[in-house]
Amino acid sequence: MRGAEGRKRAKKAVGSGAGSTAGAGSTAGAGRSGAGLDARLVVRRGAFRLDVGLRVVPGEVVALLGPNGAGKTTALRALAGLEPLADGYLRLDGAALERTPPESRPVGVVFQDYLLFPHLTALDNVAFGPRCQGASKAEARALAAEWLGRMGLAEHAGAKPRRLSGGQAQRVALARALATSPRLLLLDEPLAALDARTRLDVRAQLRRHLADFEAVAVLVTHDPLDAMVLADRLVVIEDGQVVQEGTPGDIARHPRTDYIAHLVGLNLYKGVADRHTVRLDAGPAITTTEDLTGPVFVTFPPSAVTLYGERPTGVSARNLWRCAVAGMETHGDQIRADLTGELPLAADLTTVAAAELGLHTGAEVWAAVKATQTHAYPA
Amino acid sequence: MTVGSVDGSGAGSGRDAEGPGRGRGLISPRRGPVPVPLLVPALVGLAFLVLPLVALLVRAPWSDLPDQLTSPEVWQALRLSLLCATAATVVSLVLGVPLAWLLARVDFPGRGFVRALVTLPLVLPPVVGGVALLMALGRNGVVGQWLESWFGVSLPFTTAGVVVAEAFVAMPFLVISVEGTLRAADPRYEEAATTLGASRFTAFRRVTLPLIAPGIAAGAVLAWARALGEFGATITFAGNFPGRTQTMPLAVYLALQSDPEAAIALSLVLLTVSIAVLAGLRDRWMSAS
Amino acid sequence: MARSSGSGWFRRWGALVGAVVLLGVAGCSSHSAESSESSEGGDVSGEVTVFAAASLKESFTELGKRFEKAHPGVEVTFNFGGSDSLAASIIGGAPADVFASASPKTMKIVTDAGDAVGAPVTFVRNQLEIAALPGNPEGISSLKDLTKSGLKVVLCDKEVPCGAAAQKALDASGLRLTPVSYEQDVKAALTKVELKEADAAVVYKTDVLAAGDKVEGVEFPEAADTVNDYPIALLKDAPNTKAAKAFVALVRSGEGQEVLSDAGFLKP
Repeated sequence: MRGAEGRKRAKKAVGSGAGSTAGAGSTAGAGRSGAGLDARLVVRRGAFRLDVGLRVVPGEVVALLGPNGAGKTTALRALAGLEPLADGYLRLDGAALERTPPESRPVGVVFQDYLLFPHLTALDNVAFGPRCQGASKAEARALAAEWLGRMGLAEHAGAKPRRLSGGQAQRVALARALATSPRLLLLDEPLAALDARTRLDVRAQLRRHLADFEAVAVLVTHDPLDAMVLADRLVVIEDGQVVQEGTPGDIARHPRTDYIAHLVGLNLYKGVADRHTVRLDAGPAITTTEDLTGPVFVTFPPSAVTLYGERPTGVSARNLWRCAVAGMETHGDQIRADLTGELPLAADLTTVAAAELGLHTGAEVWAAVKATQTHAYPA
Repeated sequence: MTVGSVDGSGAGSGRDAEGPGRGRGLISPRRGPVPVPLLVPALVGLAFLVLPLVALLVRAPWSDLPDQLTSPEVWQALRLSLLCATAATVVSLVLGVPLAWLLARVDFPGRGFVRALVTLPLVLPPVVGGVALLMALGRNGVVGQWLESWFGVSLPFTTAGVVVAEAFVAMPFLVISVEGTLRAADPRYEEAATTLGASRFTAFRRVTLPLIAPGIAAGAVLAWARALGEFGATITFAGNFPGRTQTMPLAVYLALQSDPEAAIALSLVLLTVSIAVLAGLRDRWMSAS
Repeated sequence: MARSSGSGWFRRWGALVGAVVLLGVAGCSSHSAESSESSEGGDVSGEVTVFAAASLKESFTELGKRFEKAHPGVEVTFNFGGSDSLAASIIGGAPADVFASASPKTMKIVTDAGDAVGAPVTFVRNQLEIAALPGNPEGISSLKDLTKSGLKVVLCDKEVPCGAAAQKALDASGLRLTPVSYEQDVKAALTKVELKEADAAVVYKTDVLAAGDKVEGVEFPEAADTVNDYPIALLKDAPNTKAAKAFVALVRSGEGQEVLSDAGFLKP
């Protein structure tokens, strides 16, 4: 299964390197062959308009990542047939599904809060799909028992959903979705309902199950860690549009919007490069190591920033900005300082360093970043 | 990195996971004295509802009661009442639950108007309901004349007519009650069922119906109680004939004309049966909700 | 069967509305008691409340109009209903001045309770008649014809005077009649025929007359044995005794008797 991944990753790197932000075009080769998912989802709800292109090959796990209200769940519902398409198309393994009602789509859904039927046991929840597909009661139960066994839930087969822990319920929901042998598995915030400790565990298990799944899997999440651990490819949606897509590593290295930069913890700026100098759209220039011309993005991690109480003397004058502390928060043994001024940026420093600097909100500081710590790429 | 709040994007309308929410509301942090402006009217209201029933007990002809209760007419009327109320409840369930589903789950033009029509029998004087039924299903009614000429079926003056009259009056209670339950129930369970391959009907039958069973039971009890006490529509549409269409309320009303003591005795029987049945059902079904 | 035309429907609805109003009225009692001073005045004034059997509706309404005309300033309020329920509300304390009952039996309930002043007087008599469908399609000509199988006959409940009278007539002729329904009062029985839900009803001659062409009356000889006395009485707790006396006088006068016999009542 993971064999296919390498192939796709290679392809994606080319796609995003070319600066493409439109989803549909970048994996054209995979979609045309007919296998997998090929869709353009247009859904209108009031003033909100979702218009998202998606191509996913079998065996691939794609995460739709985006802020609240971006339209991720709407896209998922459209794929499941729970939301009508205003326009666009939806092909799965070559078959057009736009007009197919949800019950006839080869789709399995794991809902955010699982929606296990409270009046049925775990076994009957899982057997529900096969029963609807025409299996006899005994066949459906045998299949359900097999799936529960695979999920390590054999001894909970007779339990009603309210007796299950969050992690168990999540696995029952996954088993229920998989028991119908879907060609498209949809997961809506599969880990959001879990507490932090269970989450780690369940995430690892879910990753294993997704790796075993040979058809198309699309998951929706607002949590970048979930997305990066679980998915082969991320599709970032903001305000109903795809703003970026690529492998998790690619996205993490080359964010193209403030939202993603914030998610992956980078300072991101847009500007115009002239050799090693990038003049930012708003503010000063940044010196970089990359030799580029034209519109570019520049990033550097908060950890690359060094703060000084006084204007430093022994430091190169390039990439040195005068700022004021707008806010601070603790991240483990680090402090993240939000700075305003010539260049708004986030900087990480140790608590000791912060104390030595006498850092407080409103304090004036100088921020320096080495050119080697910056990274510029075409916009 | 940030971890935002739970994603509420799209129509998913992130509801809380179904958790065991038991005991909520039972324990309040601080419970002061009951405010007098609430307590006094509450007690007056209670007295207002209970006093007439107490008066019935006080004035009951206890010594004659055994005679009254052993008369076959009483049992005949009681049996007929129970039979017809139950049949009317079944009719209301078979027709009313799908109607409630339609009103709660299908967005069609004029839905508000249809709901208003459904609730109309609630405000209509039952006698008018009975007359309306005669106009519709009587021997010369809009539909009744065809029933008569095609099938030789005539509903007025028959036990079936009593069931029809009672169902007409009782069904709105069931529909309103079940629709409320349906609206409160999470429609996404139905969606989950359809993604598992269930048709809308299967989803309704195997998921929604069990989920709203307590609401349906409550609605059925309400409808049954209403049917049991039904008088106006019944006497107007089905007439009054002992053993065929004379239910307890009709017997009570006519007994009142000449023999108030018999009427009281009959009322006591009806009261006892209603309380017994309602209490029994409450324990079995309604305590869960 | 004659399908009703538009105007037929209209008439039927009219009958229906009438029936509904009647059924509604039977249950409640109307009253007003603003009359204590009027009983002392020389002239008749104020309001007089008359409880009267349902069968008296048309003729008493007419008499009420005449009474108000003869005594300007007086208002006559009627409560028409089944005699039994009227009697029940009178002994239950309903404020009424006059009670006109359709049977001595129901009047007796009131006199036994000590609620009447003086002995009741019979002011008219009524006689049973069969109300058949217009044109008498079933060819009913006697009480015996009502026992034909397949015929839908409604009677008044035995507790109600018209029902008791009908039962007496049937018993006297040795007939066994199973009706489809025992209606709660005479107007309800008549309505069932007017709506063509029943083929025939045994009601009062006066009711048949009042129903006009919506029913066809069939007289039967046994009716003579079941002539019903209508007693009228002043009530003890009458708020307006003077006006009550005047109204009773009008009912028993030549003028009153004429109105009543026009409605089909027999002289006492």
